[in-house]
Amino acid sequence: MTNINAPPAELDDVQTSRWLRFGRRVLRSRNVMAGAIILIIVTLLVALAPHISPYSPTEQFRRNRLQPADAEFILGTDNLGRDIWTRILYGGQVSLQVGIISVAIGATLGALLGLLAGYLGGHADTIIMRFIDVMMAFPGILLSLVIVAVLGRNLHNVMVAVGLSSVPVYTRVVRGSTLSVKQLDFIVAAQALGGSSWRIMTRHILPNVAAPLTVVATNGVASAIITGAALSFLGLGQQPPDPEWGLMLNEGREFIRVAAWVTTFPGMAIMITVLAINLLGDGLRDILDPRLKL
Amino acid sequence: MSKYLANRLLQTIPTVFLITVVVFLMLHLSPGDPVLVFIGDKQSTPEQREKVRQDMGLDRPLHVQYLSYMGNALRGDLGRSLQTNVPVMAQIVNRLPWTIELSFAALFIASVIGISVGIIAALYHNTIIDTLAMAFALVGISMPVYWSSLLLILFFAVRLRVLPAIGQGGIERLILPATALALVSAGSLARMVRSSMLEVLNQDFVLTARSKGITERIIVIRHVLRNALIPVVTILGLILGYTLSGAVITETIFARLGIGQKYVEAVVQKDFTVVQGMTLFIAMMYVLVNIAVDVIYAIVDPRIRYD
Repeated sequence: MTNINAPPAELDDVQTSRWLRFGRRVLRSRNVMAGAIILIIVTLLVALAPHISPYSPTEQFRRNRLQPADAEFILGTDNLGRDIWTRILYGGQVSLQVGIISVAIGATLGALLGLLAGYLGGHADTIIMRFIDVMMAFPGILLSLVIVAVLGRNLHNVMVAVGLSSVPVYTRVVRGSTLSVKQLDFIVAAQALGGSSWRIMTRHILPNVAAPLTVVATNGVASAIITGAALSFLGLGQQPPDPEWGLMLNEGREFIRVAAWVTTFPGMAIMITVLAINLLGDGLRDILDPRLKL
Repeated sequence: MSKYLANRLLQTIPTVFLITVVVFLMLHLSPGDPVLVFIGDKQSTPEQREKVRQDMGLDRPLHVQYLSYMGNALRGDLGRSLQTNVPVMAQIVNRLPWTIELSFAALFIASVIGISVGIIAALYHNTIIDTLAMAFALVGISMPVYWSSLLLILFFAVRLRVLPAIGQGGIERLILPATALALVSAGSLARMVRSSMLEVLNQDFVLTARSKGITERIIVIRHVLRNALIPVVTILGLILGYTLSGAVITETIFARLGIGQKYVEAVVQKDFTVVQGMTLFIAMMYVLVNIAVDVIYAIVDPRIRYD
């Protein structure tokens, strides 16, 4: 009778050691560490843009147009004489924002639909998955383009469009994991105890599908950045004169023969960021969910 | 097989129906009065708007509008461009060959690169070759199409001057855009082929084959490849979908007058009928591609039973 508090204490121990194990594996994973370090540097540079950038992103130095890198402009200037380094820092704010916000939209909505479809089954499952099938009939960037075409072109709608178009990915992953978790004894026990469907879904199933969801969402940020920048590249997102990586690539395209640096540096910014996120995602997948194949 | 095909087609009907409904509703889902979509940015009086409403049949009940839109679509009439008054279907027919040429060339390049890199990585598992191959795959996946396109132009058209940067027609104008489009898919294919190969290499029948003294080369060619490449078929549809939609970007950059280039132009110019018609067309084409991929899969993998 003395150890009436023992079971919760044990549970705590199990949970702490699980986190410890996770932490140790993160520190040992070269992919996760490399990705995380690059990403932290990129985020810091971008977040501190107003403090570390030498100029304003729209400031035009008319006498220094298309100037190659030198001490004054460390990555050179574009056709309007704007400092490329400054524009990359400020443009990154937009690209990272698009990546994170659209994944937040897509993952929340997708996970909710996946939970409902997987847990409730029956008609709810059929209806939701039919809806997902329809979305998947618009491959790749097409769905985002359709949504931007319907909502109108601006940066705000780009985030919504990229987010909505990623919903099927999350729904399918969460639904699949929910279906396998649903069969386990502790869910049956929770049902027997009279837990409501909503409570069981959020309290018991969600934590158990969090691992694959995290992995998919991490790589999702990378593809959201790519798609978001693609939409700005095509002229449907960020509008000039404000900077954004995709838009900068498009603006520099015209001068690729005479001033390659105008396109090269924003392109490298996108690639380094995306590469770092993918490294992080791949590493997390190996740790959290080795069976998940993407 | 024919029963499977019939079933597969039956399953597609509700999806196709819903796609048509969604594409039809695009006009009504956009914020604001649908009439303004047809008028554009021009000034208009209420009378003019009412006239457009009646001319376009927007005053009729939704289901009547849907039926008349679909009736026309089935007869190959997707309306006319709001900008140029050219029939949308004619534009699709004119431009489709360029897009198909590009998509299939990209699919081909992606398959050649992706499958060979994947096989090599698996055969040299846990060596430096494997690491390099997977690094290549990761870089491929992380390269946005617009960035790899510009890099290829910079290197092959501007620096080396061996290939033209823009235009269409002839293999020399196809190589750069198709390669740019193929790189991402090559990366994901390489990863998939590698893990699929490793899985098969660890199976009992490979061990049996080895114990019989068969050379490693014959084991790989006769036993491993055949089994490892079957699941790859399933993502071919996904890749073709990617190359089809990625054409939106490559065609714009390389100034190829395909469907993707027109699509972007239409979105930018708010040429609604063109966007709507092309969306419907591409979605339908993609549904067909996926059915074809499923059928191919059923043919190449006799172990799978579909009921």
